[in-house]
Amino acid sequence: MYEDPMYEDKRAAAPPLQQLTFSLADEEYGVDILVVREIRSWSRVTRIPQTPDYVLGVLNLRGAIVPIMDLRLRFGLQRESYGDDTVVIIVAIAERLFGIVVDAVSDVVDIDPAAIKPVPDMGAVVDTRYLKGLATHVERMVMLLDVEKLMRPEDVETLDAALPAVQDVEVAA
Amino acid sequence: MAKILAVDDSVSMRGMVAFTLRGAGHEVAEAENGQLALDVARGSSFDLVLADVNMPVMDGIAMVRELRAMDAYKGVPILMLTTESHTEKKMEGKAAGATGWLVKPFDPEQLLATVKRVLG
Amino acid sequence: MSAVDLTQFHKTFFEESREGLDAMEAALLALDSGATDRELVHTIFRAAHSIKGGAATFGFADVAAFTHVAESLLEEVRSERRAVDSGLIEVLLRSVDCMRAMLERSSQGRPVADAESEALRVELVQLVSGEVVAPAVAAASLVAPVSGWNIAFTALPHLLQTGNDPLRLFRELQQLGRLEVVRAFVTDSAPAQLAELDPSQCHLGWELRLHGAVARGDVDAVFDWLDGDCELTITPMVDAAAADAVPQTSDVPVPPAASASRPIRETATASSEGSSIRVGIDKVDALINMMGELVITQSMLSDIGEKFELSQLGRLRDGLVQLERATRELQESVMRIRMLPIASVFNRFPRLVHDLERKLDKRVRLELHGEHTELDKTVLEKIGDPLVHLVRNAIDHGLESPAQRKAAGKPETGTLKLNAYHEGGNIVVQISDDGAGLNHAAIVAKAQQRGLVAAGQELSDAEVAELIFQPGFSTAAQATDLSGRGVGMDVVRRNVRDLGGSVGVRSASGKGSTFTITLPLTLAIIDGLVTAVGSERYIVPLTSIVESLRLRADAVRKIAGGGEVFHFRDEYLPIMRLHRAFACSDAVTDIERGIVVVIEEDGRRVGLLVDDLLGQQQAVVKSLEAHYRRVQGISGATILSDGSVALIVDVGGVVRLGQQRKAA
Repeated sequence: MYEDPMYEDKRAAAPPLQQLTFSLADEEYGVDILVVREIRSWSRVTRIPQTPDYVLGVLNLRGAIVPIMDLRLRFGLQRESYGDDTVVIIVAIAERLFGIVVDAVSDVVDIDPAAIKPVPDMGAVVDTRYLKGLATHVERMVMLLDVEKLMRPEDVETLDAALPAVQDVEVAA
Repeated sequence: MAKILAVDDSVSMRGMVAFTLRGAGHEVAEAENGQLALDVARGSSFDLVLADVNMPVMDGIAMVRELRAMDAYKGVPILMLTTESHTEKKMEGKAAGATGWLVKPFDPEQLLATVKRVLG
Repeated sequence: MSAVDLTQFHKTFFEESREGLDAMEAALLALDSGATDRELVHTIFRAAHSIKGGAATFGFADVAAFTHVAESLLEEVRSERRAVDSGLIEVLLRSVDCMRAMLERSSQGRPVADAESEALRVELVQLVSGEVVAPAVAAASLVAPVSGWNIAFTALPHLLQTGNDPLRLFRELQQLGRLEVVRAFVTDSAPAQLAELDPSQCHLGWELRLHGAVARGDVDAVFDWLDGDCELTITPMVDAAAADAVPQTSDVPVPPAASASRPIRETATASSEGSSIRVGIDKVDALINMMGELVITQSMLSDIGEKFELSQLGRLRDGLVQLERATRELQESVMRIRMLPIASVFNRFPRLVHDLERKLDKRVRLELHGEHTELDKTVLEKIGDPLVHLVRNAIDHGLESPAQRKAAGKPETGTLKLNAYHEGGNIVVQISDDGAGLNHAAIVAKAQQRGLVAAGQELSDAEVAELIFQPGFSTAAQATDLSGRGVGMDVVRRNVRDLGGSVGVRSASGKGSTFTITLPLTLAIIDGLVTAVGSERYIVPLTSIVESLRLRADAVRKIAGGGEVFHFRDEYLPIMRLHRAFACSDAVTDIERGIVVVIEEDGRRVGLLVDDLLGQQQAVVKSLEAHYRRVQGISGATILSDGSVALIVDVGGVVRLGQQRKAA
């Protein structure tokens, strides 16, 4: 049995989680790299009727019709404009793709799972319900986004409930 | 190892036989009725022919007769695959020139053992 | 010895067994209607025989046991020991149904035999005349092993020609014990001169001793196949009691029960998961040809692109035209692969009609036309149920009883016609009967009873026909279990709608009814009209468009509730303002400045107000639900030539919405 103490240590520690970090309204967030499919610059989006304002619409991703959500709008912030600098992160949850519009993408960092702390309610832009935890990386505080919750059934249900059937669209003069 | 011709109108049976024999290292060609089998046999030289009795277009017994009429196949082992429980079909097969038979259902092991037996 | 895994063949076995059962059924029905072709009997026998063999081989013991009895019965028919009569055909048809069910259960890993199948099996056994079906004892080793056997084996000249080889036999014997050749000799049949010897003949004989405690059965087994090819005498070396001198041939089949040791594995249900499709080789060849052309065109364009000069413009244009053609043809070829003839669905009906005739005491002549008409596999799979319902409905409610028909001066046998054909971008399936037609009065009465229609309201034929598609609507006096309870025309319509199609009916009292189902030829590609609504693009399926026109403001009438209608041909149609339905902020709102596109579904029409018509485009339909969810009013999305996404208007949904508003 190999008895290198370092070997023992490595076996005990869990592998680091790699997170793609991005900034949103001067705050730093992280998304599990394993769910990230692609990072794109902004491209035209086709609006879909009867969706909340933060669902900007869908775009064509090599033939797939992928919905795009603006994270700023999602959490009640304003979005100034969409342009060449705007970045869209395409993520995949259970074979379903969707994109989130953020301010800027930073880099991929390793986060030690043991160092993840629960998120205190500190009035961050993103509702704590959508955060997996808080981690520190090189003196930066990174809030780990729970992407799954962003586009989950509960979310969709809310959409559905808010959705009056087309029937009810007001035929006002 | 050996070149074997498997003739049966049932795709699954043929598949099973071919798969089993190929797994044992034999080369297997397939045909779904007697007529096709004859065409294939003419074009090649097989060490053993396995044939079902009941097939459309040309049944196994007729096929055996025709095969035996071909010089190349005068002494080649031909086994009938049959579910018939009556001896008549077996005797019919023999009369047509078949070497022997293998009664369905047989499992892969039985098939391999019998083929081994026949090929010597 | 490692076991060979046979489960990979199960799927194929089930498929071919299903086909075999279909063939059996068709042949039985043909025999029933008077055909006397012996080939039909052979077909039926072969099918049962194959299924039995496969079932036994792959370990489906119950299926094998049942089919074995059916096969015995069929053997009697085949060897003309039993005549074919309608009673026999009924029993065999029931057996086919039973086998279908048993195979289905086998494929799902569920218990196969049940009370019903057992009862039928026993019924079959009783029918089979005194056949010794009881499994005989397999050739067992006899009594006490002896110390050896004396074997006198003389080959008959033709032995080698059966493919049997004495050397091989000896090797086999050597595996049983110590083989001693006492004497080898040339037989009398040998020619006197060596030169006359034919090497394909065997003129040899041997006296052998096989030493060892070998069972007689094992020795017999070695010479199993040589009955008639040799002279054989086997005697024990030691006097053993009760040794039966007659070699027992091992020709008794192992009873099916013995092979039940093989477990029945669960196989995937034959549904959309990993489903397969049979493709005619001609379609594959066409595809390969198209691919070839595409490759050539692509390389030509690539060449042009590499060193492009303006002088090449003409060639470039030609190349692009070629590319467009090749791509279109390739696309058609590929779509055609998913297309299968509707025959596979139509083939259910002879049996269905046959059964219904008996159950309902009606006489029906079934005519099938256009069986070769092809449609997409997915559509094919789902169109079966609606069609079955319509057929049942026609026979149950449409066609009158023979007595009624006679009284009405019609032939006692009613006619039910199924016709399938392509029209435009659609496939049309018509079910027509020469029965009594829709009962206008009864339907209106029922509708009034249900509050769908006000008393005394005048309804056109078309409106009455529409009523039968309302949920829960059935005017049958007693809802027969066939077409009444719970399964109504509304379900048919819904199923057809889900496929992107529509169903309508035309009827003449006393003469008959015709139901028409219209389905898109392919689900995946539609011809669409690109419309502009503000800065957005919406696609309207071309096949739903009746006409596009500009309206003058005075042609629009407001109705109570705020809706707008306009006069079109002989009716008033509601106007759906797409800019409102889809909340497009920068669109044209003044009707006079926009264009009204009249669309139609299920005979009902609506006018869509858009800004502009931008042209026609073939759209590959993509679902929104793949990555998002269903959106009301939108049936899918497509990618325009500029790479952007355009939404496709759900015509049916919009029409329904419009009609609701109009009625309000």
